[in-house]
Amino acid sequence: MPELIAKAALEQAPLTKAGVTLAAVEIGPITSVAVLPGGAKAVAKALKPLGLSFPAPNTWAAKGAARIVWTGRDQAFLMGVVPPTLDGVAVTDQSDGWAGLSLSGPGAEAALARLVALDLRAAAFPIGSAARVGLNHMSMVLLRVAEEAFEIYVFRSMARTAWHELAEVLDRLEARAALKA
Amino acid sequence: MRIDGKGIIDRTKPLHFRFDGREYPAFRGDTVASALLANGVRLVGRSFKYHRPRGILTAGSEEPNALVEVFGKTNQTPNVRATVQEVFNGLAARSQNRMGSLRFDLLAVNDLVSPFLSAGFYYKTFMWPRAFWEKLYEPLIRRAAGLGSLSGKHDEGTYEKAFAFCDLLVIGAGPAGLMAALVAARAGADVILADENPLLGGRLLSDGGMIGNEPAAIWVAGVEAELRSLPNVRIMTRTSVTGAYDGGTYGALERVGLHKSARSNLPRECFWRIVAGRAILASGAMERPIAFPMNDRPGVMMASAVRTYLNRYGVATGRRVVLFANNDAARALARDLMAAGVQVAAIIDPRPDASSLEDCPVHLGAEVVGTRGRHGLREITVRKGGDEFRIESDCLAMSGGWNPTLHLTCHLNGRPRWSDDLAAFVPMDAAVPGLVAVGAANGSMSTHGALTTGKAAAEAALKALGKKAAQVALPASEDAPYRITPLWAVEGKGRAWLDFANDVTTKDVRLAARENYASVEHMKRYTTQGMAPDQGKNSNVGALAVLADATGRSIPETGVTTFRPPFVPVSIASMGAGGKGAGFAPQRFLTSDQASRDRGAPMIEAGLWYRPSYFPKPGETTWREACDREVLMVRGAVGVADVSTLGKIDIQGRDAAKFLDFVYTNTFSTLPVGRVRYGLMLREDGHVLDDGTTARLGDTHFLMTTTTAAAGLVMRHLDFVHQAFCADWQVRFISVTEAWAQFAVAGPKARMLLNSLLEAPVDLPFMGVAPVQVGGVLGRLFRISFSGEEGYEIAVPTRYGETLFRDLLARAETTGGGPYGMEALNILRIEKGFITHAEIHGRVTAFDIGMEKMISARKDCIGKAAATRPGLLGPDREQLVGLKAGSAMTAGAHLFTPGETVERENDQGYVTSVGWSPVIGAWLGLGFLRDGRARHGQQVRLVDHLRGMDILCEVCDPVFHDPEGGKLRA
Amino acid sequence: MRLKCPLCGDRDRREFYYSGTDDYLNRPAADAPLSAWDDHLHNRTNPAGLTRDLWYHEQGCAQWLAVTRNTITHEIMAVDLVAKERAK
Repeated sequence: MPELIAKAALEQAPLTKAGVTLAAVEIGPITSVAVLPGGAKAVAKALKPLGLSFPAPNTWAAKGAARIVWTGRDQAFLMGVVPPTLDGVAVTDQSDGWAGLSLSGPGAEAALARLVALDLRAAAFPIGSAARVGLNHMSMVLLRVAEEAFEIYVFRSMARTAWHELAEVLDRLEARAALKA
Repeated sequence: MRIDGKGIIDRTKPLHFRFDGREYPAFRGDTVASALLANGVRLVGRSFKYHRPRGILTAGSEEPNALVEVFGKTNQTPNVRATVQEVFNGLAARSQNRMGSLRFDLLAVNDLVSPFLSAGFYYKTFMWPRAFWEKLYEPLIRRAAGLGSLSGKHDEGTYEKAFAFCDLLVIGAGPAGLMAALVAARAGADVILADENPLLGGRLLSDGGMIGNEPAAIWVAGVEAELRSLPNVRIMTRTSVTGAYDGGTYGALERVGLHKSARSNLPRECFWRIVAGRAILASGAMERPIAFPMNDRPGVMMASAVRTYLNRYGVATGRRVVLFANNDAARALARDLMAAGVQVAAIIDPRPDASSLEDCPVHLGAEVVGTRGRHGLREITVRKGGDEFRIESDCLAMSGGWNPTLHLTCHLNGRPRWSDDLAAFVPMDAAVPGLVAVGAANGSMSTHGALTTGKAAAEAALKALGKKAAQVALPASEDAPYRITPLWAVEGKGRAWLDFANDVTTKDVRLAARENYASVEHMKRYTTQGMAPDQGKNSNVGALAVLADATGRSIPETGVTTFRPPFVPVSIASMGAGGKGAGFAPQRFLTSDQASRDRGAPMIEAGLWYRPSYFPKPGETTWREACDREVLMVRGAVGVADVSTLGKIDIQGRDAAKFLDFVYTNTFSTLPVGRVRYGLMLREDGHVLDDGTTARLGDTHFLMTTTTAAAGLVMRHLDFVHQAFCADWQVRFISVTEAWAQFAVAGPKARMLLNSLLEAPVDLPFMGVAPVQVGGVLGRLFRISFSGEEGYEIAVPTRYGETLFRDLLARAETTGGGPYGMEALNILRIEKGFITHAEIHGRVTAFDIGMEKMISARKDCIGKAAATRPGLLGPDREQLVGLKAGSAMTAGAHLFTPGETVERENDQGYVTSVGWSPVIGAWLGLGFLRDGRARHGQQVRLVDHLRGMDILCEVCDPVFHDPEGGKLRA
Repeated sequence: MRLKCPLCGDRDRREFYYSGTDDYLNRPAADAPLSAWDDHLHNRTNPAGLTRDLWYHEQGCAQWLAVTRNTITHEIMAVDLVAKERAK
């Protein structure tokens, strides 16, 4: 019998530069919930015991460890919990498909502005916002989790590239900050 | 020379820099231009075509003459405007476009032969003999022409790109821009204020004056302090807005680190894409030269530049200055110079009716008709009435009036409007949606005009943004009328320059008109006026005025050439920032990546993925040895390969089977649960899109695989078909490519290996699928084969991929097996006649690959109707065949019938995949041959001119290995 | 250039894949004459002015969008979700 060991998508230690901390995030199970035509009522009912409702476009919500994140037309990712039995939807395990990163600190928005062509000003992208958007050449799910904190989910195979590009951005921001000082 | 007490440079911070090898002192706040002038250096470069000595003309980003190379240890930047480059300790610059030294440029001989070098000279002269062009003319011209040079090394500097969003973008931080930003900022709008300069203030830095009851500099400092204190304002200095684009998008180039010596990770430049709800263009105006004879001598400068060097940098650009101007505004320079103790030898004003009340000699109705001085101005010649006289002078300040800096308003095809009052073009209203020009950029030339229009435009923008403007008082300021009588060119002996940067004179423009290049666009191309780095900023209006005169038309009739982005030169490095090296594209790594590298496997790129090419063993010296061994290992024992790169799409819903029937040519609704079927997918035009296997995991649950290469393409296609044609069906799908690590286990010992691994023995028919338990983890086992051997693919959640791969290799190696790479995988599938995107390259049909029977007659599918079009079927088509030869073949070679000449008309097809088969003992290939299925057993001639190959090979069935498929089903 | 995705909002054009005219939505019947298929696949009008074309929000919500725009002024009049207008 083989002994299979679970490996994390990213093994890098957190990195702080220019007032921004880049770290790997382990969110737990991720389940895609795609509503089939006519299935909205059934899914709403099934989500109720979790204290969640199906999210509006570009938003996410949490209740305890459970999160629900809008990821597309009639599609959401349920994160952090094992999914309940769901009717009226296509349920697909995505837990191993994504790598999570967090970017937090006063310069987080400025750091993302180097890689993301999206208006991230607090008025346009407040806490509770979620977006499917590019991270340079990659696709990602972007969440604003606090005023100065974001979570980033990219395809697991691209985790190293995402880390590398964000770390390079922090290097440049640090060099810029040194110029002002 | 410096003048004590003048300027806003920091005299407590002395700096030093080098120009052409010589060290010069400077102060913080100096540009290379101001520091050179302070040191009495007037000659800074040679002109583009005639190699004439040139000095500094302007004090801004429009500078056409003073282009220098700035070089450091690792980089060399040509065509840097000395008027923009700030001095830092250790800066090294040199003049360019010279052969020999700057003072004795060997190519200055061009100036002596200039009568022969008129516009169109190259077009006319180098036509014949034709052979001379490449060998003689072109190298000579290339050597002589052009501006700066590159180092020839990679630019290792750091560059950055960034995005920004705001309610209001204010372009230019002169009085108009500052006022607009202040009004919008106080109302709470998100404001970006961008200016090319390191300091805010615009012309106020040069012109001084009073705003309200305080000096302009105090007013600027007050506004800046308030703006910097507000969280909703971002001030971007050293930032040129370079272009206006659709949807309120603006490009901007920030010089981040160019004013400092290079330091690691500090971007040299950052290219911004700014999206603004509204924008205000407060870019001011540019003073224009007058085309009088020999007006290009070092020491002849723009009057506004002389004033900038005096008031901002504390530099007198000469000891005896003459002002030559056709407008009242320029008179202020003479007063400033005299107040600073600089002698003004004369004011030359072509207007007979202008005022002569100045504290220096004023010549009305007079013109400058000549200059003298070999490397710098010494004397000018003035004509007044019928008389000519000379004035000793080392600096001539000229002003032909001002052109509003309206370029951005033309970037979306807007055309400027001529104003007779200003003798200049002014912006067309609403030429760029959401952008309004104010102040001098819109022809309001006074400080009062700038403040008034800046405030009004900000208030209008706030209203459009749905914000309420706060009360901002309008301070009193100078509102002198701008009186001008146009003067474009002065007749006289000698050449009069229009475009200094490209050496275009009034004579060239008149020649263009005479030779019937009378349209402004033709004149531009014939003379090259406006095509140098300054893009004609100093010369456009003057040149078309001369053209208008030569063709007997008015200026508005003549029109302007098209202004296009970028407004200032933008380095390619900044536009492509982050796209070098690893930043070029994301890298996708397999869970087996480290294990493969541990075994010394060279990794090759497959799309964005990195896959092992082969796994070398000790003693193997070529890839072929490893590849041959791996092929025989799979055929004889067992091989393991990571196939996780294949696209995997999870499809669910009551209509999932119906959906698959629609996107595949063959039928999936009849596929039993627990079975896998090969499927062929067409584009709507009847050509093959992709192929792969699809497994039925449950009644309403399928798992489709795509090729690695087409995974993204297939997803896009499925999304289209679903959303466009069956959006109401009960079907949803999502990629699970990344969620599963999947490994092929193939060979006669594959089942034995898997039995040692799995909790229950393998009991799967060929093309079966089942859930399996492996090490306590739920996985999936597929019995499919891309090698022709008994083959399985085992899938586990990605997090377990690495240990499973290592475990599989260890087990395989105990029975004479091991890992195999992409090279062996390729040989195995060629031996079996399996196709990849080398074969289904976008131009082949199901018929071509012998799969037309897979298009079900009982249902519709994407591409079915178009696949039956005439020309897509029949013996004229190039059909998939196998090729066999005793010597090497090449993919890309073309096929001919032996005995026919090798020319396009006789082309019979081409080769798509080749490799040496250690099993068959021959070179095998796949290719497409006209009527190929009827030609098995014949010989064809394989020709590859690129690689010098011309051999005969045998046409055969594409399946070389185990044609009956007994091994697969074992 | 920017497109206002009906789901994701105002987005940079880099996120989109351009496909061409919305003629592709009007698939001829399976038994339509081949000339109808030729028109569908290949014959385009290339208008100067109003046009409606298909864009795929590849880096966003993966929806196909029908964009009504003016090829002369670059004005964008409407961005519609293909799935929404095609669902019966």
